[in-house]
Amino acid sequence: MRRSLGLWLYLLFSVVLIWISHHNLINAYLQLVVMFIGINIILSSSLNIINGYMGEFSCGHAGFMAVGAYVTSILNVWLFTSDRVFGPPLLSPSAALYLFPVTLLAGGVAAALAGLLVAIPSFRTRGDYLAIITLAVNYIVKSSVENIQAIGGARGFMGMRKVVNSMRDVADLPWVMIWILVFTGLTVWIIHRFVNSTYGKGIVAIRDDEIAAEIMGVDTRNMKMIAFMLSSGLAGMAGGLFAHILGYINPGTFTIMKSTEVMVMVYLGGMGSLSGSVLSAVLFTVLLELLRPLQVIKWVVVPLLLIVLMLFRPEGLLGNRELTDVFPRLRKWFSSSEKVS
Amino acid sequence: MALLEIRNMTHFFGGLRAVYDFNLRLEGGELMGLIGPNGAGKTTVFNLVCGFYRPTEGEILFEGKETAGLRPHAVTAMGIARTFQNIRLWNTLPVYDNLCISQHFRLGYGLKDALLRTRRFTAREKNVHKTAEELLELMGLRHYAQELPGNLPYGLQRRLEIARALATRPKLLLLDEPAAGMNPGEIDQLIDLIRWIREQFDLTVWLIEHHMRVVMSVCERVQVLDFGETIADGSPEEIKQNRRVIQAYLGSEELSHA
Repeated sequence: MRRSLGLWLYLLFSVVLIWISHHNLINAYLQLVVMFIGINIILSSSLNIINGYMGEFSCGHAGFMAVGAYVTSILNVWLFTSDRVFGPPLLSPSAALYLFPVTLLAGGVAAALAGLLVAIPSFRTRGDYLAIITLAVNYIVKSSVENIQAIGGARGFMGMRKVVNSMRDVADLPWVMIWILVFTGLTVWIIHRFVNSTYGKGIVAIRDDEIAAEIMGVDTRNMKMIAFMLSSGLAGMAGGLFAHILGYINPGTFTIMKSTEVMVMVYLGGMGSLSGSVLSAVLFTVLLELLRPLQVIKWVVVPLLLIVLMLFRPEGLLGNRELTDVFPRLRKWFSSSEKVS
Repeated sequence: MALLEIRNMTHFFGGLRAVYDFNLRLEGGELMGLIGPNGAGKTTVFNLVCGFYRPTEGEILFEGKETAGLRPHAVTAMGIARTFQNIRLWNTLPVYDNLCISQHFRLGYGLKDALLRTRRFTAREKNVHKTAEELLELMGLRHYAQELPGNLPYGLQRRLEIARALATRPKLLLLDEPAAGMNPGEIDQLIDLIRWIREQFDLTVWLIEHHMRVVMSVCERVQVLDFGETIADGSPEEIKQNRRVIQAYLGSEELSHA
């Protein structure tokens, strides 16, 4: 019971959140912010696998997000709505409710395959050179989407609203919010289990000393592939969810700016700290919203805060530690490493 | 069948001949030494044997099986483990994790098991932890289990590196200058440790060393390299008397008078 306390608390939190959103006890704007927080948690914690735990420098996370966003959206629009390009729905629109996780997963798988574009070069290069490759992949994805007119090119792609509406027709609940809560929880759970197993710690060994890792029995190629695919796959699912919040996506959303934003969250929270990534995704999203009245000046203030942070706390808020290390009392309830003994 | 057999192994780095026509046969159970002046190619030999480089020519047979072309982790899986000249521990992971992760190649479970915490995961992790616990105990590292390797004194870091190698359950242990940077007291401990390890774990030990005290008191047989070529091979006493070895280390008389 104690071991799964975190899970129960999260479930309770989710149910309360869904209930108050359903009864419109918080306004649509706040609901939107909550949903973006969820997306940002998925993005930052999944990037932390690469930049934090594995010690590589990926700066093209938005590219994988785009792959997931487009694949999921196209699948949903094609399968569940009558669309100008794709014609009448292939399946009953009400099936969207049950099949949404499937299409989302398909988007994740597509993004994971795109992750191979980075994973395979990473066998031979690392550090700065690999960073350039991730940057290139980001551009490749964005430019490809821009040039495929069938899915709207640079104008963007829409129609996901209808998918969400047909889910609401089946049962009147804030479905996007529900899916985001489910997949945010799932992401954190997956990453937690991955990095706390001896198997997953192989990537930390790669960060600390790749040569020693390879010679002392870690199949570094396999682990790099797993790490990159896991990270980009989760980013893809974040993209798929993101696309359904506003019901509209365009390639301009998934530029290097977006990737940078995710990177900032990772470094703000601390490299190799899962709770740090979650915390910083919440703080960063809320901060951006709070500073909205400043308008353009916001983009001066936020980077300035970042400079201050890097000067006085370069390891980020938690930096390689978890919340349970900072507040050992928490460990009584949340075991950070479920040790098998 | 020999444990390790190296035949006519030659390795070039571009135009530089690092190792030339290297031959060795280890039957199993020996304490073998590899010495030579700086830059003689000793570490290159180790890098070739553990699969980090692929020999330009020649073959390496471990228990009769060819190792050339295998990636290092696969060679480790066959039963060859090593330590490094400049200690290469995973410094952000505690001592305990260092001992667990080197068992990575024989975890026997994958991503799915790690995420779902299947029965296989639980069983295999239990084995991993058991081996790590045993080694902590045997190698006297129990007290430092949750310490980061970088915080340990130098001698203990060396010891941990050996423990990490042992966690892979090797048949052949390669030690690359285990006594480098140690004080005389630590060296005495190391000599005892190497002998004890061979008995306790039933291993073959092959070591590179500059400290003659270690080589002479530990090794049963010594091979000497100079500019990549083997110039002598025999018992420590024979090596001590060998004229070519003395020349390689001290220079020839004609030169020193020139």
